[in-house]
Amino acid sequence: MSAQAKTVRITYREAMRQAIREALQRDPRVFLMGEDVGKYGGCYAVSKGLLEEFGPERIRDTPLSESAFVGAGIGAAMGGMRPIVEIMTVNFSLLALDQIVNNAATILYMSGGQFNIPLVIRMTTGAGRQLAAQHSHSLEGWYAHIPGLKILTPATLEDARGMLWTALEDPDPVLIFENGALYNMEGEMAADAGAVDIDKAAIRRPGTDISLMTYGGTLGKTLEAAAELARAGVNAEVVDLRTLRPLDDATILDSVTRTHRALIVDEGWRSGSISAEISARIMERAFYELDAPVARVCSAEVPIPYAKHLEDAALPQVPAIVEAARAMVGEHG
Amino acid sequence: MPALGADMEAGTVLQWLVKPGDAVKRGDIVAVVDTEKATIEVEIFQSGVVEKIVVPEGEKVPVGEVLAIIRADGEAAAPPPAEKPKPAAAPPSPRPAARPPAPPPTGEQAPAPPATKAAAVAPSVEKPKAPPPPARPEHPRLRISPLAMRVALELGVDVSKVKGTGLDGAITRADVERAAKAAAPTPAKVAAPEAAPKPAPVTPPVEAPKAPAPPKPAVSPAERQAMMRKAIAAAMGRSKREIPHYYLSTEIDMSRAMEWLRAGNLKRPVTERLLYAVMLLKAVALAVREVPEMNGFFVEGAFKRSEEIHVGVAISLRTGGLVAPAIHDVDKKSLSEIMVNLRDLVKRVRAGVLRSSEIADATITVTSLGEEGVETVFGIIYPPQVALVGFGKIVERPWAAGGMVGARPVISATLSADHRVSDGHRGALFLAAIARILQEPEKL
Repeated sequence: MSAQAKTVRITYREAMRQAIREALQRDPRVFLMGEDVGKYGGCYAVSKGLLEEFGPERIRDTPLSESAFVGAGIGAAMGGMRPIVEIMTVNFSLLALDQIVNNAATILYMSGGQFNIPLVIRMTTGAGRQLAAQHSHSLEGWYAHIPGLKILTPATLEDARGMLWTALEDPDPVLIFENGALYNMEGEMAADAGAVDIDKAAIRRPGTDISLMTYGGTLGKTLEAAAELARAGVNAEVVDLRTLRPLDDATILDSVTRTHRALIVDEGWRSGSISAEISARIMERAFYELDAPVARVCSAEVPIPYAKHLEDAALPQVPAIVEAARAMVGEHG
Repeated sequence: MPALGADMEAGTVLQWLVKPGDAVKRGDIVAVVDTEKATIEVEIFQSGVVEKIVVPEGEKVPVGEVLAIIRADGEAAAPPPAEKPKPAAAPPSPRPAARPPAPPPTGEQAPAPPATKAAAVAPSVEKPKAPPPPARPEHPRLRISPLAMRVALELGVDVSKVKGTGLDGAITRADVERAAKAAAPTPAKVAAPEAAPKPAPVTPPVEAPKAPAPPKPAVSPAERQAMMRKAIAAAMGRSKREIPHYYLSTEIDMSRAMEWLRAGNLKRPVTERLLYAVMLLKAVALAVREVPEMNGFFVEGAFKRSEEIHVGVAISLRTGGLVAPAIHDVDKKSLSEIMVNLRDLVKRVRAGVLRSSEIADATITVTSLGEEGVETVFGIIYPPQVALVGFGKIVERPWAAGGMVGARPVISATLSADHRVSDGHRGALFLAAIARILQEPEKL
């Protein structure tokens, strides 16, 4: 590797598109299916240009029936294909819950191990774009409740570029949650970026005083908060969970064991959330390492408001993260 | 602090019978400890020289805590004052005085640390891996983080005097460390973590002025009785919850045994005469040899057979309550020896002074309510043991044998046994063996 590794300037959306294109090129069993993924180029323009490049056999527009096309994806996976099913947003995935939870997650078990479901479902999640209550859910924590599923939450360009291929290689259903606020995120990425692991959390910023744990759409805010904390003399570590199921307990516990404080930032609602699960695991397995109660910054427990100022107030924001962290660390950094 | 019973969690050192520099040998009684049930003499399991008394008289400490450090024979003395933690290389190194005898009775309790290992743990007092013992009851609930509490125990900081600067005034690690620094030359009392008690070599001088609390006067008889009731309640409650008991009963013709005993006692001086109870004890011990699954402990989900046969003898106290201390190796002792042991035991039980090995070693228990006129007793097994034999009083009964009915002295023997370990068939063989052995008293 040369010291001057070549990088490209790219957006999260383009990184994801590169990943899909590469998958389509590498494996003839891969195809993309979903609402408006073809002619329209995807509701978030992720699949723009792919229909022209790969044709309607492999870039398939579907009727507006999540249950039907997720079910078709499960069938295709059982039949030997490697489908990528795009559900426009997590909000609409509720119409396909039966297919995802009752079928995709259980068929391997129900068939006595005869049928794997090598299916990848991508969907947008998150709020913050004034789309109002019915289009602003963050329900990835719900899906992380289900045995039989893997739940990925790429928060960086590298993960947007690299998680899909690894997910397709997985013999079992994998759900990828792309936070809608990230599509326009732009930055430098190695030109040769490729597949990445999907079973480890990542330390995005090493620190000693407190562990800020987050994933997906709130990683950027949390890193910003850590930078602000650093200016106040608090050296915060930022853990990007990356995969919500299975959780990388080792990295989580190791971080807490070093910093003795954990603050979890989660765009989901607090009650019964993935942040609750992480908090419980820390309590169960690192209790005697804790120098302060585990704390959480989550979304307010309301339907996400439409009005900009109210929506901002309902979601985890940098000042709230900074304030919570400073309270935990106290006057001694 | 040895575990002196299935449900013991802590004990108070009432008195030390040795002092630093004294030579001790295996089996010596080195201290007197007060538990909820009794005052118990603690035996030493390691010959050597007392190097240091760690827990002063009057102090109550949890099971598993190091009481004193014994230097093994032939080992160089540690440099006397300011003992530096020395490398744990030399295999025969100081060992904790009191080793919990017998297998730890339950998983709920602090696992009894293997004493020989304990001394070899790293000498540094930093960062023990095991969690600290449960919060000390002497402090009211404090706002203190688990980490700070752990560090406080390690550094010997009295957290009740530390000012908290954390969330809502909670005491954090930084507060504890600051307090430790401020109070630098205080005698650090290292709480041995339960899984790895270690000698507590700390830098401050040994004569550090920690005024040992004066030995508390023994608790009042009423309190003692309440505590004993509680301890019995815990053990018996656990037994009935966890042990699927089955019960068998048989009648044993005691005519030969009683005749043999009467004849034998005529030849003995009055002070050495035998009670029939020793025949029962010996018969039980010999029967155990034939049905070994009655003898041992059920711990951690499995039966661990005992090669030794230590029979616990249930002895009631005049003040109420009971204990069941062990007579060791009953199968190998003569009736006279058992009689001597039994007399000594009853005397000491009534005086309230038992030895640690007697409390924890019993591998099977015998209870007899014959003196009170009861004919049959179905007892509750004393966990972690797996069987209990009950005897009633000897009564004259019409007894048919060989087509003839005659009056014979008869005793009822019952077995309460743990069905996880043995079945009724084996239990029946066991009771039959006791009955058979008692028909040949001369062989006892």
